[in-house]
Amino acid sequence: MVLVKKKKKKVINPWGGFFFVLPSILLMAYFVYGMIGWTLRLSFGRRTNSFSTDDSFAGLSNYIGLLDDPEFTHAFSNLLKFTFVFIFGCLVSGLIMALLLEKGIRGEGVFRSIYLYPMAISFIAMGTSWRWLLDSGRDEHATGLNKIFQFLNLGFLQNDWYTSEKGSMYAMALPAIWQMSGYVMALFLAGFRGIPDDLREAARVDGASEYKIYRYILFPQLSPTFLTVLIILGHISMKVFDLIYGIASKSYVTKVLAIYLWQVIFDFQNFAKGAAIAIFMLVLVAIVVVPYLRYVNKNEDARS
Amino acid sequence: MSTDTVSRALKSKDISRTKRKLDGRGKSALILRYLVLTFMLVLAVLPIYIMVVNSIKGITAVSQSTAFIPPSKLNFDTWGPTWAILREPMFRTLIFVLQSSIISAILGSINGFVFAKWRFKGSNVIFTMFLFGMFIPYQAIMIPLVQFNNNIGLSRSIYVLVVAHVIYGIPICTLIFRNYYAAIPNELIEAARVDGASTFRIYLTIILPLSIPGFVVVLIWQFTSAWNDFLFAIFLTGGSPRLSVATTALNFITGSADRVYYGNNMTASLIVSIPTLLVYMFLGRYFLRGLLSGSLKG
Repeated sequence: MVLVKKKKKKVINPWGGFFFVLPSILLMAYFVYGMIGWTLRLSFGRRTNSFSTDDSFAGLSNYIGLLDDPEFTHAFSNLLKFTFVFIFGCLVSGLIMALLLEKGIRGEGVFRSIYLYPMAISFIAMGTSWRWLLDSGRDEHATGLNKIFQFLNLGFLQNDWYTSEKGSMYAMALPAIWQMSGYVMALFLAGFRGIPDDLREAARVDGASEYKIYRYILFPQLSPTFLTVLIILGHISMKVFDLIYGIASKSYVTKVLAIYLWQVIFDFQNFAKGAAIAIFMLVLVAIVVVPYLRYVNKNEDARS
Repeated sequence: MSTDTVSRALKSKDISRTKRKLDGRGKSALILRYLVLTFMLVLAVLPIYIMVVNSIKGITAVSQSTAFIPPSKLNFDTWGPTWAILREPMFRTLIFVLQSSIISAILGSINGFVFAKWRFKGSNVIFTMFLFGMFIPYQAIMIPLVQFNNNIGLSRSIYVLVVAHVIYGIPICTLIFRNYYAAIPNELIEAARVDGASTFRIYLTIILPLSIPGFVVVLIWQFTSAWNDFLFAIFLTGGSPRLSVATTALNFITGSADRVYYGNNMTASLIVSIPTLLVYMFLGRYFLRGLLSGSLKG
């Protein structure tokens, strides 16, 4: 008996690993997938106020109701505008920083860590500063960026920032870009540093110009990085909440899905509708993330 | 992202050996590079600069229109009363954040080890399903979570936040550790296995001692995200002042009397940011490592 046991030890128990992650699997199953299911069920129900105990099905009526709800469509279009400017701005500024740093420059470490610090601060805290920076007062009432523009003789740049009907979401993207550009820079920097130097040298020996080296050799190598950046920024943007809440609270002009959902649940206690908005947000994120996860998983399999 | 890509990105490029003789054009290009970099540096620093400058002007000298001008003399009058309000929530936050980070790191390490070195049939699928949990908008689980909370009576204590951050931190902590362990050569484990050690023993005696940097990364990551979290805090502890944490207490201060106590708002925001800023200042390398290895691929 003892001998057999000893022999068995050398064979890896194929289910041993499963046993150790089982607690986490159960937690994920209940608190992520189970609760998503619960929310889904709520979104098909009739619990439209805090007293309702009506558990009957209402079909898709909550979702159809959303389409007719001008506040919802307003919040959704705000979110799309925000996403567009946010992703574009982060890509441009992150890429500029990475390009300027990637060949190595004295003081790189300092630049890098200062560009990245905004990620370490809560947006409820930064909201105070940004509210001041984006204050809409002009000319003699100017504060914030408007005041700084005056100071630099750039008075014509003054604007209403996030209080204007039209430009609110573009202004709101500024603090978001401020927070995330450093991250994008770090990702691109890692991408650049992952390309072997020989590749560059070889092209240089062949007489390629710096522009051509970037255009035809380095950038094509960075396409996985671009994809990662887009996915990360995209899913962050869909969920954006405290950044906007910290600056503009529940103001109408800057309302996005997460803010509206918060109002629907807390102020109106309409759980069915809140659940429908939440599922809508989940689907938005899933459209972006699920294909990406499958892609990563496939590559992972190919590698191992 | 694999561990060596991350460390490559972390290392500043060695420029001491490349003694390039700069001609006129090269020189002006370098100056231009520095100018653009410095301009971006100013933009990055501006919001925190505003916060610092206005927290040391005292209560009366603060005015909106001169907010970006440094004070003529230092005055810390706003710090006392602000700290008095924030002290209790700050300590409460510190305690729950430490607890949740430590538990998260332990769970993440075990999971990461299994998914990297002790795979079972279907482990890749399960891992991918874990990862999806990292991307979901938490709003999609919030209503049931609040109800669950009320049902089991956890909502009356700060442990509700420990539980929430541990559970919803599982994906990222697992991912970071998995990527970290994937870089450890299989031969090391095989050798120990030949000597007759069980896999769990290998984990305890060989892997765990190598894991300290991984633990630092995950602890910092969880510390920062739990400290800065507002969504879970506001949903799960609601308006209860007894359970207010740093961000909700701050929101209470800055959300109400905005213009009157301008200096106080700035000071309060700064105080709440100090712990994560300190962590970033001293352990920024690990923070960046967490960011990069949390990005799956690149």
